[in-house]
Amino acid sequence: MKKVVDLDTIRDCFFDGMTLMVGGFMGCGAPETLIDYILDLGIKDITLISTDTATVDKGVGKLIVAKRVKKLFASHIGLNPETGNQMNEGTMEVELVPQGTLVERIRSGGAGLGGVLTPTGIGTIVEEGKQVLEIDGKKYILEKILQADVSLIRGSVTDVYGNTVYRGTTNNFNQVMATAGKTVIVETEKLVHGGTLSPESISTPSIYVDYIIRGGNRKYVY
Amino acid sequence: MWIILLEEVIGNMSISDVKKRIAKRVALELNDGDFVNLGIGLPTKVANYIPSGVEVFFQSENGMLCMGGIPKEGEESFDIVDAGGQYSTLLPYGAAFDSSSSFTMIRGGHVDVCVLGTLQVDGEGNLANWIIPGKIVPGMGGAMDLVTGAKKVIIATTHTNKGKPKILKKCTLPLTAVGQVDTIITELAVIEVTEDGLVLKEISQDTTVEEVIKLTEAELTVSEDIKVWKDE
Repeated sequence: MKKVVDLDTIRDCFFDGMTLMVGGFMGCGAPETLIDYILDLGIKDITLISTDTATVDKGVGKLIVAKRVKKLFASHIGLNPETGNQMNEGTMEVELVPQGTLVERIRSGGAGLGGVLTPTGIGTIVEEGKQVLEIDGKKYILEKILQADVSLIRGSVTDVYGNTVYRGTTNNFNQVMATAGKTVIVETEKLVHGGTLSPESISTPSIYVDYIIRGGNRKYVY
Repeated sequence: MWIILLEEVIGNMSISDVKKRIAKRVALELNDGDFVNLGIGLPTKVANYIPSGVEVFFQSENGMLCMGGIPKEGEESFDIVDAGGQYSTLLPYGAAFDSSSSFTMIRGGHVDVCVLGTLQVDGEGNLANWIIPGKIVPGMGGAMDLVTGAKKVIIATTHTNKGKPKILKKCTLPLTAVGQVDTIITELAVIEVTEDGLVLKEISQDTTVEEVIKLTEAELTVSEDIKVWKDE
């Protein structure tokens, strides 16, 4: 099976109204080539799941600025003023999720679990409208799982089977998001032959990966 | 994370001196071997004042342990940023991991100390530092998980917001967490949160107990062995 493809091959993975997970933390470890491709395709009404919205010209921040996102799940939106503007205008729905809760909701979505019980947010507005369970005397919020039509992942090194290594802090949400998308596309900075990577160093094993795109251009930090 | 007015002066100290004093005092709370998560802004400065003989390890919620300092010019790596998205470094004995592992450390009680700034904190150990409805809605990021899970939560903050108390009887802004704060450190005082409310443990050399009480809305019990803390 050939997973290494060009962008034209994955064109039909994207459609209006789709749910998209995109890795990256403030743009570090974000799949910029794939994000740019979605912009070029004109895909709109996206439900986006991402830990933050980077800045106006980086990572998923570009999708926000181009008004392609209808609903957003994120933990922090403070450094992209356009996110706050669209939220206040009512043109984009935003659900703010504590970062640790967000990652576990995604992990559960990929792991076949029914949800997360977390103490984070108890007694705050995060708890509103959610089921609270008391277990052995301690309160937990029941947080539902998150899954996506497509997960966009950015790897540092990927072999042709899809085994992926993340350097430094580029892993962040990538590893977990690679488990929770119906289709998983890895944009990698360096493509290598099978057998090149040390098996113990692989954070995303090949089983999760459907397609591999060459890219991973690194062009920023704030 | 919050808007900082650099020209602001508190008493006869500039805001940068005030922050330095707070950061230095917070650093004295850290014990040898602690794993510590520092929030953005003032808390980050704590790393500059770790006492000699004390080795602590910094956890960054975007996915690293044993975070180093800011890299030298020309040595920045696109692959390593801190929780504020700025260039950072990883010490040779450090570890890098995904966000699920990172929040397992944080929520699971493996981080010894987290230091955060705040908008408001109150007599019951509640804090509010993530949203001003209708004005600033940056999101909570990892703050809710950090204060819920860290073994010790230290709030590092100016004592007032331009004279307006920040240490309140009851927070009025939406909470970040309920009853999780252990210690509040300001340029004027060290205050411990106990089951019986706030206890004033230390004051800085250039204030008085009376002044601290006046600038604090919450009830303060003055510790029997209150100490005066001197800047070096």
